[in-house]
Amino acid sequence: MSTAVIGHGSIYAGGLRSWLTTVDHKRIGVLYALTALFYLVVGGIEALVIRLQLAQAEAGIVGPDTFNQLFTMHGTTMVFLVLMPLAAAMFNFLIPLQIGARDVAFPRLNAFSYWTFLFGGLLLNASFLFGQAPDAGWFGYANLTSKQYSPGMGIDFWLLSLQVLGIASIASAVNFTTTILNMRAPGMSLMRMPLFTWMSFVTQVLMLLAFPAVTVGLIFLMFDRFFGTHFYMPSAGGTPILWQHLFWIFGHPEVYILILPSFGIVSDVLPTFARKPLFGRPFVIFSGIAIGFLGFGVWSHHMFATGMGPVADSAFSIGTFLIAIPTGVKIFNWIGTLWGGHIVFKTPLLFAVGMVALFIIGGLSGIMHGSPPIDIQQHDTYFVVAHLHYVFFGGTLFGLFAGIHYWWPKVTGRMLGEGLGKLSFWIMFIGMNLTFFPMHFLGLDGMPRRIYTYAADSGWETWNQVETIGAFVIAVAVLVFFVNAVRSLRAGEPASDDPWDAATLEWTMSSPPPEYNFARIPAVNSARPFWLHKYGPTRDTSTHVQDEGTPAQSPEPGERIDLPSPSFWPLIASLGLASAAAGALVGLWAVLLGVAVLVIGVFAWALQPLERPGHPIFGEGGR
Amino acid sequence: MAEDSTLEAHGGGHAARGTYWIIAVVLAIITMLEVAVFYVPAIRGVIVPVLLALSAVKFALVAMFFMHLRYDSPVLTVVLSVGLVVATAIILAMMFLFGAIGRGTI
Amino acid sequence: MTTDVHATSFGLPHRKLAMWVFIGSECMFFGSLIATYLAYEDRSLVGPTPAEILNIPLTSVSTFVLLMSSLAMVLFLDGVQRNARTTAVAWNAAVIGLGGLFLAGQAYEFRHFYHEGLTLQQNLFGATFFVLTGFHGAHVTVGVIWMTALLVLQVLGRLGPERSLDVEVAGLYWHFVDVVWIVIFTLVYLIQ
Repeated sequence: MSTAVIGHGSIYAGGLRSWLTTVDHKRIGVLYALTALFYLVVGGIEALVIRLQLAQAEAGIVGPDTFNQLFTMHGTTMVFLVLMPLAAAMFNFLIPLQIGARDVAFPRLNAFSYWTFLFGGLLLNASFLFGQAPDAGWFGYANLTSKQYSPGMGIDFWLLSLQVLGIASIASAVNFTTTILNMRAPGMSLMRMPLFTWMSFVTQVLMLLAFPAVTVGLIFLMFDRFFGTHFYMPSAGGTPILWQHLFWIFGHPEVYILILPSFGIVSDVLPTFARKPLFGRPFVIFSGIAIGFLGFGVWSHHMFATGMGPVADSAFSIGTFLIAIPTGVKIFNWIGTLWGGHIVFKTPLLFAVGMVALFIIGGLSGIMHGSPPIDIQQHDTYFVVAHLHYVFFGGTLFGLFAGIHYWWPKVTGRMLGEGLGKLSFWIMFIGMNLTFFPMHFLGLDGMPRRIYTYAADSGWETWNQVETIGAFVIAVAVLVFFVNAVRSLRAGEPASDDPWDAATLEWTMSSPPPEYNFARIPAVNSARPFWLHKYGPTRDTSTHVQDEGTPAQSPEPGERIDLPSPSFWPLIASLGLASAAAGALVGLWAVLLGVAVLVIGVFAWALQPLERPGHPIFGEGGR
Repeated sequence: MAEDSTLEAHGGGHAARGTYWIIAVVLAIITMLEVAVFYVPAIRGVIVPVLLALSAVKFALVAMFFMHLRYDSPVLTVVLSVGLVVATAIILAMMFLFGAIGRGTI
Repeated sequence: MTTDVHATSFGLPHRKLAMWVFIGSECMFFGSLIATYLAYEDRSLVGPTPAEILNIPLTSVSTFVLLMSSLAMVLFLDGVQRNARTTAVAWNAAVIGLGGLFLAGQAYEFRHFYHEGLTLQQNLFGATFFVLTGFHGAHVTVGVIWMTALLVLQVLGRLGPERSLDVEVAGLYWHFVDVVWIVIFTLVYLIQ
């Protein structure tokens, strides 16, 4: 039976109003994904212009001011508007399904997080409309960001939108932490949770603890720019280094926030396509926790060039080397998972293996940065650009693409084309390496970061040309993916419940799942409940052996299920918050107006019951 | 969700009303002690550890009794502890880095 | 195999767990503000200095007021749980009154400091002090508004024992804000 993905009867059917008021985690996941993919194109175009400018020495495609805006927006967009929301899309869609729940703990707060993210992203990009995009780098070092040295509105757009985005993230983290701790199906102990959920859980904790630091840093910046304080100003005894500390106390955990979900995806994908359980499962889990914890102790490895002295340098360097250990543990466990397995060469596997390989390269350059004397040479050169793109693109994004291809059937009810999928993988793999590998050479040769051009006699032009070609190859790969996606949605092969013969709960239901997810909340006896059910204990080499496993989903619920009702108030509250932030650029009255809308929205939301009569219910008495 | 409010909002047992008054009195006494310590020149040398210890006691009393942690699931204590430990570590690290304690770097 | 969907994994209500999770996050928010205050202590290039301007007796009274408001809060919750409506209303009013009194004390202190020359812009002490205590005060203000909303519900007869979780969660927020003040009072006022 081939019904359109959003046709009548689909869980995505319904007009604009149904999408504006949705509190369904699956729809919210889709919204995050669509928005993130849009910003992938935006950030990608920014990158392509950068590469065009750098392809030739002393080119004049864009001037230095525009160039500064481009690399600032590219970085900020990719981190906050692409990588984080793509992960959020997967948290949203999958975590309730993987733990056997019907939704998240706070469905309306979930919607609020999405709208706040959307408006934060729009606020950031609105800066382009004024010709004043932020231009001080995605990390906004003081005191370049002071009113004196950045008199325009660009930095204001940046600091306001980041605070809005931060609120979205913290709200989401509270939601998912509560969901994961409190809403697991009976029998699903923490150690039996799928790896994607586990790594996402560590990610939520990192978000809760890291975002407040940058929020405080941004507040200080805001006060310096708007109210004349001197937090970052040496003239009053302050120091720009304070910003660097606060930013990197956030920024380092942030990179783990960016990579852990991809580690989780790969840890779920590899076993499925190797046809054997994740090797050393508890070690993979504990190393994820260790990475999260240690991630708070290394932030000043981004500051080795600021002259902190031998004690601080040593401490942070040791911490950085220590983090390599749990990371290495994971990599060996992934290899161990593949070793001796019956490998199924489908697109998700390719992206997952690609992720591991490319992350190793990124990790190696990272380890080099961990040594202060080496880092002083590499700091602010293209070597760092190489490192960060290997871990963010090769690591995070390849992992996310593995997840996209793996869970696409579950989300859409269609299969992506294998031919186009594999093609997009190979083109992306080649393009990525073509673009970023030569940056190691350029960096070691001394080419600085964030320069809008370079001298003709630098000897850097050839590699830059190669990198620019590579960037366009990446663009082709992304295009192939979009073609694959559109074809799948229009006329793709319908997906069964369990197209990959996987082990976790999200595969026990229809593709896409019914609105209520589980007809009956399963009882879980294993870390691989679905494999146990399908194949019995012989496949399960872990501790637990009981013959029931988890039943397949019955088509209809056996009891009445009330679902959370749609609501406008999260959208309204979010609009108020974003307006208050934007209002800071206009005047106090605008801020107060936004706050008023926020307060009204929050009160109305609090007073509105979560489940209201008239909303579809299922099972006895319902449909 | 609706099921929230029907759940036992507080775990096993809780303090009697009288206990709350006693805790409040203890908190008030400790506060007076802290202020006294501030004004007593003889104790100035050890003022910092004494004040830190006294305020830690106040913190613990409010958390354990008023916020009910003593009677609640240990999960909640873990949640608070994680935040507290990381925040305290950051405060100490920053104080060291800026020379507020030790020799500092900046 | 149908299970009771109303059970939670740790037997905790979602909102209570969520408030503690939020409090964990807020530890880092105030921790960063406090870390900056302490890192910048003694780095102001000009006065006024804390020793010159902080008023320990006044602030001790403020601290006492906030501590007593926490007592009022637990008694408010207790009243709601026992369905002792008048008692509960009285204690909630006490929380609001004491919280308001604390804020009034803060407002007086801030105005007084401004007249003595300690402004946000004057020096690092002014900046770090006002932002730290200002955000704390903002948190107290949110708390007072929240308690007032609960008071309205009480007066309308809509805050019975079945809704005691709502009061408990509000109480957790209130006590946390009090605890932050305990830390600020010690680190900013007493340890100079």
